[in-house]
Amino acid sequence: MGEKEVRQAPAAAAEPLFADEAFLEALRRRMVQFAHSQLGDRDAAEDAVQEAWFGALKNLSAFGGRAAFQTWVFAILKHKIADELRRRGRLVGAGDIAADDEEESDLTALFDRRGYWRPEERPQRWAEPESALEDQRFWQIFETCLDHLPPRQARAFMMREFVGLDAGEICGVLGITANHLHVLMHRARLRLRECLENRWFGRSEEP
Amino acid sequence: MNCIDATRLLSEAQERTLAKGERLRLGIHLAMCGGCRRFARQLPALRRFARAYARGEHERSGRTGPDA
Repeated sequence: MGEKEVRQAPAAAAEPLFADEAFLEALRRRMVQFAHSQLGDRDAAEDAVQEAWFGALKNLSAFGGRAAFQTWVFAILKHKIADELRRRGRLVGAGDIAADDEEESDLTALFDRRGYWRPEERPQRWAEPESALEDQRFWQIFETCLDHLPPRQARAFMMREFVGLDAGEICGVLGITANHLHVLMHRARLRLRECLENRWFGRSEEP
Repeated sequence: MNCIDATRLLSEAQERTLAKGERLRLGIHLAMCGGCRRFARQLPALRRFARAYARGEHERSGRTGPDA
């Protein structure tokens, strides 16, 4: 998915992409971090990023700027990761998935003993979620909130929402049951939602 | 159904189609629970954020700044 949305890279106004080392370094670091979280091993992550990078460079003339370049290189990386995960059939190191007992504490922090929202944790209305997309500070917070997810939740969430695998594929790759995947996704969404509300949506005036 | 069950079903609905009975029980809970109704509205936003982030849209936004 996503690939055809990505192909319409503007051909105008090429920025000196490769003169900006800070940009390249930051992008590369995020790609490796992402690939590492998905593949569970540093070497495979570096390989995938390398290949994606190379793939993007071959089409360099198509990019009008760093946004288009980054979109493209991430799209390629996602395909490399998805291919690699499907090839493996099962993720190495998936055994640690079983030990998510500590994540039980998520629920008791948010819900009372009868399973209802604690008053101070009850979701609030989010004012203008669309305008958050335009705000660089929001994306820094989003990244921070992603980083705060426990690794197993982060991996499942990213496979689903970044790489675009479906539930069956993720279960196959991680070697977990559908029920376990639903648990991980539920926890990840609760946490991410709460983090964004605490750090972004909740800080403005009450609607 | 309590809020843990309701948010769990709402989350599962992002991965699979809920059965009729599940939708019915969920609907009854949502009718009574504003917290879970807001949670339900936030899930599509979470997905939208994640996809925009993965596509690198956030780099583009650096120059436009907030319009709010």
